[in-house]
Amino acid sequence: MTLSELVPGEIGIVKEFTDLEMSVKLMEMGCLPGESVTVSRVAPLGDPIAINVSGYQLSLRKFEASTIILQ
Amino acid sequence: MKADIRVALVGNPNTGKSTLFNTLTGLNQKIGNFPGVTVDKKTGVCTLPDGRTAEIIDLPGTYSLYPKSQDESIVFSVLADKANTHTPDLVVVIIDATNLKRNLLLYSQVADLKIPVIVALNMIDLSKKAGITIDIDLFAKKLGVPVIPISARKVEGIDKLKAAIGFANKIALQEPSIDVEAIAPQLIAQISEELKLDNPYFALQLAHQHETVKFLTPQQSDRIEELEKEFSFHSQKAQGAETIARYSFINDLLYDTVKIPETAKDETVSNKIDKVLTHRVFGLFIFLGILLFMFQSIFSWSAYPMEKIGDLFAWAQNSLHQVLPAGPLTGLVVDGVLGGLSGVMVFIPQIAILFAFISILEDTGYMSRVTFMMDKLMRKVGLNGKSVVPLIGGFACAVPSIMSTRTIENWKDRMITIMVTPLVTCSARLPIYVLLIGLVVPNRNFWWVFNLQGLALTGMYIFSLISAVVVAFAFKLILKGRERGYFIMELPVYRMPRWNNVAYSMYDRSKAFVLQAGKVIIAVSVILWVLASYGPGDRFAKIEQKYKQPQYAQKLKPDDLTRAINSEKLENSYAGALGHFIEPAIRPLGFDWKIGIALITSFAAREVFVGTMATIYSVDGNAEKIESVQKKMGSAKNPETGKPVFSLAVAFSLMMFYAFAMQCASTVAVVYRETKNWRWPAIQFAYMTVLAYAASLLAYNLLK
Repeated sequence: MTLSELVPGEIGIVKEFTDLEMSVKLMEMGCLPGESVTVSRVAPLGDPIAINVSGYQLSLRKFEASTIILQ
Repeated sequence: MKADIRVALVGNPNTGKSTLFNTLTGLNQKIGNFPGVTVDKKTGVCTLPDGRTAEIIDLPGTYSLYPKSQDESIVFSVLADKANTHTPDLVVVIIDATNLKRNLLLYSQVADLKIPVIVALNMIDLSKKAGITIDIDLFAKKLGVPVIPISARKVEGIDKLKAAIGFANKIALQEPSIDVEAIAPQLIAQISEELKLDNPYFALQLAHQHETVKFLTPQQSDRIEELEKEFSFHSQKAQGAETIARYSFINDLLYDTVKIPETAKDETVSNKIDKVLTHRVFGLFIFLGILLFMFQSIFSWSAYPMEKIGDLFAWAQNSLHQVLPAGPLTGLVVDGVLGGLSGVMVFIPQIAILFAFISILEDTGYMSRVTFMMDKLMRKVGLNGKSVVPLIGGFACAVPSIMSTRTIENWKDRMITIMVTPLVTCSARLPIYVLLIGLVVPNRNFWWVFNLQGLALTGMYIFSLISAVVVAFAFKLILKGRERGYFIMELPVYRMPRWNNVAYSMYDRSKAFVLQAGKVIIAVSVILWVLASYGPGDRFAKIEQKYKQPQYAQKLKPDDLTRAINSEKLENSYAGALGHFIEPAIRPLGFDWKIGIALITSFAAREVFVGTMATIYSVDGNAEKIESVQKKMGSAKNPETGKPVFSLAVAFSLMMFYAFAMQCASTVAVVYRETKNWRWPAIQFAYMTVLAYAASLLAYNLLK
């Protein structure tokens, strides 16, 4: 299951990434394996999404969220 | 004045770094450039409690030393380049106490470069309010550096920070964070040995960034590349391993020193605001409403100061004309330089107000929500959510807006944004539209609420946005991307705007605009003044002779006589000759040679149009009086057909021309500066001119 499949309010734990380039950027922003992520909202047009991770809010596109595999 | 120590300010975006910078340096600020790059270098001087002075360098906000945008790449260069003139003696890392984990990543990277470091723990008040308890003494002991809790907003702890800067060690005493060598042992050892480095993390960073840093020789860079191949170094994998190691160090550190409650209080307030502002339906409407309010305010609030600035310059020009002896030098200074300067200065109110709004929207955190909401729409046409800011700014002026595209990390997205921003109706086009619409569109209401003229003007604004989007889409198909686009962005907690920062931003941007645009506009106005004031051969002398004859001198009032002379002189000047020269080319658009002169004179700056029209139609010298220019232009008749020159078709054809043509030397200059390649301004100029001609031709023939 990937992060892009969660609906607002749902929580997941990051397991691994499918894309190396994206993973480097996501990890820098505190989105690491083992961290819990909550989808907080979806943009009015359906993309991007906003998630809560490491104590702050991060926005990313659905495609980017789909590279994050959850436990 | 040379400061005693040099201090670099480093931190994540949204941590209050610029507030701290403003608090430390007050008005003693200077904006320059880092050598070789277009990144603004903000420096200021701060007096320490012991009487010594510190030069503070504000580095661009970044989440890590691995740069994602042009601005960010300067951070590592400044910190690492020991031979440079602006290498800091000390780094103050500013950390948001409400968001320690992510902020500490950058700290641990900077600390590993082994430059003396002080941590400024900002927003300590908000962090306390949110129930976060930090054992600061233990925290400082574990890091091995001074940790000063501050609140830059409330100006708390600043004196202690200044004292800490004064007491700072000359040598780095921070505790090591991670085992850097373990990431690429052989490579780090080899680079350190060959380049005689004593810092393994510096060697590792060079392996990652050797292609972008300026202080390596090409031979050194090639050698590093060779070594990377030899030891099969994979930059992204190494960076990933480093990040994981750093966060594990940070987690251990925070486990012992910080207690964070389950949900932070500030967060939920921010969430509530977000539920409204990014609501599925209302979100976009609220954004539209804010935009409308912004434009309404820019135009209505700036009207009075703009008028006053215009008056002031008109008064100065008049007085100087009376004081100084008449002659070419006076003409050049008063009409050329001062006239050109007034054309620049008059836009300051609009630019200052626009940037006040933009800085409020950014400061509160709303701008990142706009980016968040618009990204999908913008992406469809080849832009990026972050393109919204420059496009909105384009309504005031393309020059600062193009400068603000630096926050767009993706090269292709940034280029497209730069290419289309000048299409957006900037404030220099406004007087032209007002003049022409007033001339041909009846001032009538229908359905009680809609005013025809207002509707036409709104139409031009919407039209400009549509054309920007269409052109962006075309560029999306043509341009090849160098890298993948992505949109990983922090949505900061909503905060009240800091009025100090708003004021600084208004001041900074207005100053930058005057300096940027001012130079070009003055230069061009001088050239145009020469072109318009001198003519080939003895034509001018003949005109003077002609009007000295009794039938003119007696019949006309002195004022009218001067105007008739000026008008005829303009026709016979070099500018007039050029107007006649290009007439065959612009005839299909419905323009005569008089409009040709205006097109030529406003090629460097659109706002010159109204003034030129005033001169051509021999109105009083004061170009601010649009109504009188309008009257004269309205009564102008085509000598062959006897019909008015400014028909609906001509006026709209002219507006189309001004909507598309790149008549702004400052924009050309800034596009060159930002892209560092003449190809981009050249392409932009070419496509806009072609579009302008085609749109004018179409408009003229459809409405004729």
